[in-house]
Amino acid sequence: MSQKASNSTSSLDKGILNLNFQYSIVPSVKKERRAFIKKISMASLASALGAEIVFAGNMPKGYVPVFLEEQDSLKSMGKDPALKVLNDRPWNVETPIHLLDEKVTPAEKMFVRNNGLIPEKIETSSWTLTIRGESVNQEKSYTLDELKSKFKTHTYQLTLECGGNGRGEFYPPAEGNQWGQGAVSCAQWTGIRLKDLLDDVGIKKDAVYIGYHGADSHLSGDPGKESISRGIPIAKAMQEETLVAFQMNGKDIPLAHGYPLRLVAGGYPASVSGKWLKALSVRNKTHDGSKMESPSYRVPIEPVEPGERTPDENMRIIESMPVKSIITFPKSGAEFPLGRNLEIRGHAWAGEEEVNQVAYSIDFGSTWQSCRLEKPVNRFAWQHFQAQIKFPKKGYYEVWAMATDNKGRSQPMVVPGWNPKGYLNNACHRIAVKVS
Amino acid sequence: MREQDIRKLITAISALGLLMVVMVVAAISFVLLVQYQPETLSRWFSKTKKETTAEVAPVDEDEWTAERIEEVGLVQGEGLQLVLTNCTNCHSAKLVTQNRFTREGWIQVIQWMQDTQGFWDLGPYEEPIVDYLSTHFAPEARGRRMPLEVEWYSLE
Repeated sequence: MSQKASNSTSSLDKGILNLNFQYSIVPSVKKERRAFIKKISMASLASALGAEIVFAGNMPKGYVPVFLEEQDSLKSMGKDPALKVLNDRPWNVETPIHLLDEKVTPAEKMFVRNNGLIPEKIETSSWTLTIRGESVNQEKSYTLDELKSKFKTHTYQLTLECGGNGRGEFYPPAEGNQWGQGAVSCAQWTGIRLKDLLDDVGIKKDAVYIGYHGADSHLSGDPGKESISRGIPIAKAMQEETLVAFQMNGKDIPLAHGYPLRLVAGGYPASVSGKWLKALSVRNKTHDGSKMESPSYRVPIEPVEPGERTPDENMRIIESMPVKSIITFPKSGAEFPLGRNLEIRGHAWAGEEEVNQVAYSIDFGSTWQSCRLEKPVNRFAWQHFQAQIKFPKKGYYEVWAMATDNKGRSQPMVVPGWNPKGYLNNACHRIAVKVS
Repeated sequence: MREQDIRKLITAISALGLLMVVMVVAAISFVLLVQYQPETLSRWFSKTKKETTAEVAPVDEDEWTAERIEEVGLVQGEGLQLVLTNCTNCHSAKLVTQNRFTREGWIQVIQWMQDTQGFWDLGPYEEPIVDYLSTHFAPEARGRRMPLEVEWYSLE
């Protein structure tokens, strides 16, 4: 059995995943998953830890530590085991910032934010996308092949950031997954323009909103409930970069990220980019699907005192995400000798806007120096910055980065305005370094 | 037969007849209800079902070992069994242990799950569950930015 187990582990390590195999593990019920994990966990103990478990003899028979289960689940999802599992039902997985160093985020380092359960069976041959709602001339369905062959294909690199990225820093605490700052990605998405599709269907003049419907199931198991059904205003739907995508980074979209079809709208909270896309509703009013209601993905119109209960009338739907940046190199905690210049690099983005400037400070904001900043490869893609830092003397430093968008708005150094669900924390990212 | 006995007999027969009439009426009403208002019945049954869900069902020992409880960040204490029974069916225990709220805050979260996520009524168990959560998962004051937690390493 151990031979068999190590084989399966090594093929997982290489990222060679038979799709059927993948489907059979990821979405299955807790117990089934555990049964599978128990089989492979002990064999992968050593590789996961890089060492023996000292008190292995004391562990109850059949007991698998939670972190090992998580690592195996991450591997079965094609994820780097260094990612942090915030929640395993539904899957919510965060990327440590230093693993976001690449210009295009690879699948294995992309954060996961799911609201429901990943669909268990995906039949691509019978998969259809239906366009319906009050504001279509007539309901129309397309097979995957029709979508791919009938329309022109486009590729854009698009920043997808969870609306709740940074929630963990709000006080009083806001309910939800306590994200650090790693719920952001910028991958290459390939698909057809949503506007081309809507043109083909024919929509009425009174259309104001597009709502999506996915194949994921509700946590409660109630088939009558959608776990999430959000959407975008019609103007956002008509942008050239808004895609009905079937590829990510040149390959089929990974299952955890919406295989086989996903609505992708960069610059907005990533929750508008509906996964496992089965239908789109063209609405003559703001879409009213699950998690469109207050307080989900909404912030106060008039700012509120921390902890204050906010009436629904004082809440608005989040559209463009705010300006933000992360230092992806070096990893926080670097020690190096005095006299050595430190190269820092990272990414900056500003929702629907462009970033004009990124600066860094090594004296807690007392003085700021400019970083070299690249233009985005396309609209709504993150931009890369880089700088060389000389330190004046030995000691502990924090390197802070601050981006400014083309409207003159900069990131705050402190956590910005409190809101009931803890969205839009775009406070400066910082890393610790020690010069010795 | 004395006159008294005859009276008793008449009373008994009429009582029996009345009972039969009541039963027939009840049966007819039931049939009518099934025929025309089936939602009412199904609502009844689903309500009874929901109430039973909020009971202290024995927790799967195999699944919730002491080690697992500790690893997901839960704390041993009064109310833990109720939390395991009622809070980890739909979502991971980690969603509970990541969060920090006051008593009022936890009640609001439960209310939100009941209003929008199909969570059942906790009945008499809401009190001990909220007690457990607000005792072990209460907010801790922190500044506008916390000191960084650092793991030092030598930069190549």
